[in-house]
Amino acid sequence: MGRKITIEPVTRVEGHGKVTIHLDDQGNVTQSRLHIVEFRGFERFVQGRPYWEMPVLVQRLCGICPVSHHLAAAKALDVIVGAGMGDGLTPTAEKMRRLMHYGQIFQSHSLHFFHLAAPDMVFGIDGDPAIRNVIGLVLTNKELAVQGVMMRKFGQEIISATAGKKIHGTGAIPGGINKHLSETERDEFLKGADPMNIDKMIDWSQAAVDWFKDYHKNNKDFIDTYADFPSNHLSLVRKDGAMDLYHGVLRAVDSEGKKILHDVDYQNYLDYIDEEVRSWSYMKFPYLKEYGKQNGWYTVGPLARLNTADFIPSPLAQKEFEIYKAYTGGKPNNMSMHMHWARLIEILHSAEMMKELLNDPDIVSGELVTKGQKVNEGIGLLEAPRGTLFHHYEINGKDQISMANLIVSTTNNNQPMNNAVNQVAKTWMSGQTEITEPMMNAVEVSIRAYDPCLSCATHAFGQMPLEVSLYNANNELIDYKRK
Amino acid sequence: MPPKKRILIYAFGNPGRQDDGLGNRLVEELEPWLGECGYDHVELESNYQLNIEDADNIAERDIVVFVDASIEDIEDFHFGLVEPSEGRSEFTMHAASPAFILALCIKLYQKHPETYLLQIRGYEWEFLEELSTKTTQNLASALTFIKERITREDFGQSLSDKQI
Repeated sequence: MGRKITIEPVTRVEGHGKVTIHLDDQGNVTQSRLHIVEFRGFERFVQGRPYWEMPVLVQRLCGICPVSHHLAAAKALDVIVGAGMGDGLTPTAEKMRRLMHYGQIFQSHSLHFFHLAAPDMVFGIDGDPAIRNVIGLVLTNKELAVQGVMMRKFGQEIISATAGKKIHGTGAIPGGINKHLSETERDEFLKGADPMNIDKMIDWSQAAVDWFKDYHKNNKDFIDTYADFPSNHLSLVRKDGAMDLYHGVLRAVDSEGKKILHDVDYQNYLDYIDEEVRSWSYMKFPYLKEYGKQNGWYTVGPLARLNTADFIPSPLAQKEFEIYKAYTGGKPNNMSMHMHWARLIEILHSAEMMKELLNDPDIVSGELVTKGQKVNEGIGLLEAPRGTLFHHYEINGKDQISMANLIVSTTNNNQPMNNAVNQVAKTWMSGQTEITEPMMNAVEVSIRAYDPCLSCATHAFGQMPLEVSLYNANNELIDYKRK
Repeated sequence: MPPKKRILIYAFGNPGRQDDGLGNRLVEELEPWLGECGYDHVELESNYQLNIEDADNIAERDIVVFVDASIEDIEDFHFGLVEPSEGRSEFTMHAASPAFILALCIKLYQKHPETYLLQIRGYEWEFLEELSTKTTQNLASALTFIKERITREDFGQSLSDKQI
């Protein structure tokens, strides 16, 4: 008699997701799926609203990564107001937005690594769940925990200063930005009392990369083999192939490193990317049209970005990038847990970029807005912490939104997350008759590596307990656990 | 006369999700009143949600009041003491509870501010800026309550039936 195991909802993942794992009569895993079970029609909700509201309006979508949506919407509207295709902003506007964006990457990645990933590494997947969290981390490595808290805080302060406020920031507007950084704010970030200054943030970022490399040396089996599967990888890169988290062209490589999307203009993304709907999930499955639904799916996020970029344009991160690339002989890295390594290198890059921008005089003076000839359609992409984020809008003659299409990072990672769950489930669940907490956490760890934001993908919110339901082949509930 | 206690009123919620912004609105309405009264020992903060850096933000306060919207079956609002809790289920991936923030603050900084949670009953959670009309009285009651508390020297003492 076969069984179906349901893990619902997934803890430490925003929104409502559940995992079902099907076992055959011998207890072997035959199918695993990550289901997204809640959907609210944000794209329809915005129809009829004035287009200039979008950068603020989209922040209703998610309280977790509102800055990414704020900036992606603003980039799409830059096109609509005739401020160029990502290259038409004033130097001040572009640099202020970049500073905001690197602050977002820095704080989001810091939260993920120190709060979510590090406890699983320090205590093990099967560690005591009572201490397998950031408080447990405080007890065993207080220095690391304090660094995580303060790095997150620094990034949040950068966002607040550039966006104008913490909630519903208004910094980015169609065609530019609405404020400079004051000299006082700039000096505080550059030379603030220890540890709240950018040099300390760079030091701590480097230390975090070093911590991971040390951990990796002693835990290669876990880090290198956990949810390791071939994938295509997609991200924006700068026109010269450099990593660029704010703007660029779309590039994809296959699992061997062959370019399969050749630095195309993202204004034409619909020529290259489509989304598949599957009956068992509200989250769509994007894929590269040329390679079809079966072979065209791809990974986005830190792992993908380090696979697509030729180099990182900041010295310390570039040095780490070279070490990282050498580990796989220059080939794309397909190991899901290396997502954390890539994430830490991006933290270091973001810190370096923030310092460069803070030292740039354009941040505190200069023209803020570009004006041009209005058109009725615009597309804005950027590399959000979790991966490539698409905002696409059309407006009507009354300057109202008539069409909106959003592809969020977590949606882009739908297929790889399902693959990761499937591989881990086969390792941990096959032949088992009872579902233990470590087994459930093992599946969650594979999902968490992608840092999914199901709040964005489903527009759900709230805190979720963990529920486990066990079904037999007749779909009868035979066991249920909740924590 | 001893120095006044440093109070932080910290609202969290998304005001773009209707009643989820009840706490944020309370802080907005409190701000001019604090100015008129000259209560510079009281600081206000508002954010989408709580997270680990808030352990640092509360560490140097004597009293912290977190303000949140609630879907629980309470009458209009509820005010209660927060006990530190390290429970894993109390936080999801990108947010943390007041109890977790307090526990983290104690562990990181060995500081234990007197911490409360003011929950205000909400009803609607759609993609709208406006609070639902049913919350008007709840917000007013909570505002009156917190103002009265701020004026008292024994902020958290003698709690009425609103205490958990």
